[in-house]
Amino acid sequence: MAKDTDPSPLDAAPVESPLDAPFPSKRMLVNLGPSHPAMHGTVRAVVELDGETIHGMKLDIGFLHRGFEKSCENVTWTQVFPYTDRLNYVSSILNNVGYAMVVEKLCGLEIPDRAKYLRTITSEMHRMCDHFTLIGAMGLELGAMTVLIYAMEARDLLWDRLTELCGARLTSNYARVGGVSRDLPEGWVEKVERTLDHSVAMRNEIDKLLTRNRIVMDRCRGTGVISRADAIDYGFTGPCLRATGEPYDVRKASPYLVYDRVEFDIPVGTNGDNFDRYLIRIEELKQSERIVRQCFAQMEPGAITSDDPRFVLPPKPEVYGTIEGAMAHFKIIMEGILVPPGEAYSYVEAANGELGFYAVSDGGGRPYKLGVRAPGWNMLMALPQIMEGQMLADLIPTFDTVNMIGGEVEQ
Amino acid sequence: MSQAAIQRLQERFPAAVTGAGVSRGGDDVALVKREAIGEVCRFLREDPELVFDMAPYITAVDYQASEPRFELIYQMYSTKKNHRIRLRVGVPESDPVVDTVTGIWKGADWYERYCWDMYGIRFAGHPDPRRLYMYEEFVGHPLRKDYSLRGRQPLMPERPVDERFRGPGPTGG
Repeated sequence: MAKDTDPSPLDAAPVESPLDAPFPSKRMLVNLGPSHPAMHGTVRAVVELDGETIHGMKLDIGFLHRGFEKSCENVTWTQVFPYTDRLNYVSSILNNVGYAMVVEKLCGLEIPDRAKYLRTITSEMHRMCDHFTLIGAMGLELGAMTVLIYAMEARDLLWDRLTELCGARLTSNYARVGGVSRDLPEGWVEKVERTLDHSVAMRNEIDKLLTRNRIVMDRCRGTGVISRADAIDYGFTGPCLRATGEPYDVRKASPYLVYDRVEFDIPVGTNGDNFDRYLIRIEELKQSERIVRQCFAQMEPGAITSDDPRFVLPPKPEVYGTIEGAMAHFKIIMEGILVPPGEAYSYVEAANGELGFYAVSDGGGRPYKLGVRAPGWNMLMALPQIMEGQMLADLIPTFDTVNMIGGEVEQ
Repeated sequence: MSQAAIQRLQERFPAAVTGAGVSRGGDDVALVKREAIGEVCRFLREDPELVFDMAPYITAVDYQASEPRFELIYQMYSTKKNHRIRLRVGVPESDPVVDTVTGIWKGADWYERYCWDMYGIRFAGHPDPRRLYMYEEFVGHPLRKDYSLRGRQPLMPERPVDERFRGPGPTGG
């Protein structure tokens, strides 16, 4: 062992000119955000830098907090749906479905088969939108503008189809307690199949542009690494967890809707770095497309909502034609669905991971409590540890691939 | 499936687990005493038959009229065994302090800060006990049932807004 007095090799090297002397540096505190193009929403990070290396990082969130839970406690169970759209605004139907499922769990309500298929189809289409958005944004921030254009084209085509289905481009609102809001328009299935073909072409272009791209590989491989054990310890779910090698996916671990009737694979990474997280997303795009096509083949005509008059609005002819129908409609709209008292936790696989809803009902028409386990929360929480000792420039792709969505993280 | 986990927990901590049952929709729930939560969580994490390795989802509920007033919810999952349980921990209003579990799962950090911010439940031993969403100057805890829906505490003076543009609910706070 070297003694303290021994000169280190660096000190021993003779400094021939002042230009060769090591540049004296001191640690610097830099504030990133809350309003910064690379901070995706409004997150503030205070970073301690030594040159370009990050030594310590503190996150400050809440700039987008809008009291989701408090608002939900003060509206009827049905009126919560529009609020859930704004949780993860890139894939809103996934949130709709997650919330509808917790209410159905409390009510003990079974939904018809066709509704399950429709929910699965729209969920998977939105998962594709989410992954396209992420990959596009990542490309843009690593300097590949074309990728953004391709990804936006694919995403907006998918959004166009969802607009035809539920009337809104961004905050699509499709699921209802007991089923979905409306059946498919005429010729929609064929249109979606053409859109999927187009999105496959876009995906392949992106794949060609990025996956073997030297710059992307250099920026993403080995950066933003988290180990499998740490990822579980932090509560990672979704693509970020699977990139570390842990194959947990709610769709396989506890299948809901029709995920046990369709065939699909769960891609798993090995390194837990940015590149693996990106590859998983590309692979999941393929799997989602597979699921949608299988659902089209399996789906049969039928009811799209449950007919339980306690929880579901009666059909319009009954509302206008019979006194019972009019009364049932009035009661549900004015008082809300009377959900039996109790508590339940329900979870679905959203685009970023396990999206859980914890609901408590006191038997009234409004949620007594509605907690959201937003998947992005855990990933953002771990960011300071992931970035410890890495370069500041690596923060950008890492921030992209953990896919923090302000809407759900800051509620 | 997770009924076995609850049974094992009850056998190990007969005094700390005050009840168990199944909630609506079939979730397995155990009621745990507040003093024992650290011990119980460590056991759940480390026991080879339970291995609840994933960081739990922690939230709180304000049952305003009942005693104890608050309840903490720990929603656990094990990636090794693929089972889930939920712990419910009563917290009295007079002494709203619970041991932190951040030493057991790192991922408990922000959930506990959330419970402090929104419900005013403090976590003894938490390494960074700041508010999560609200600013430090904020007074009170917004998700308590006695915090009014439209209670506003702007740091800067707000533009006057016509009353009819505001949502429903009482003003104040």
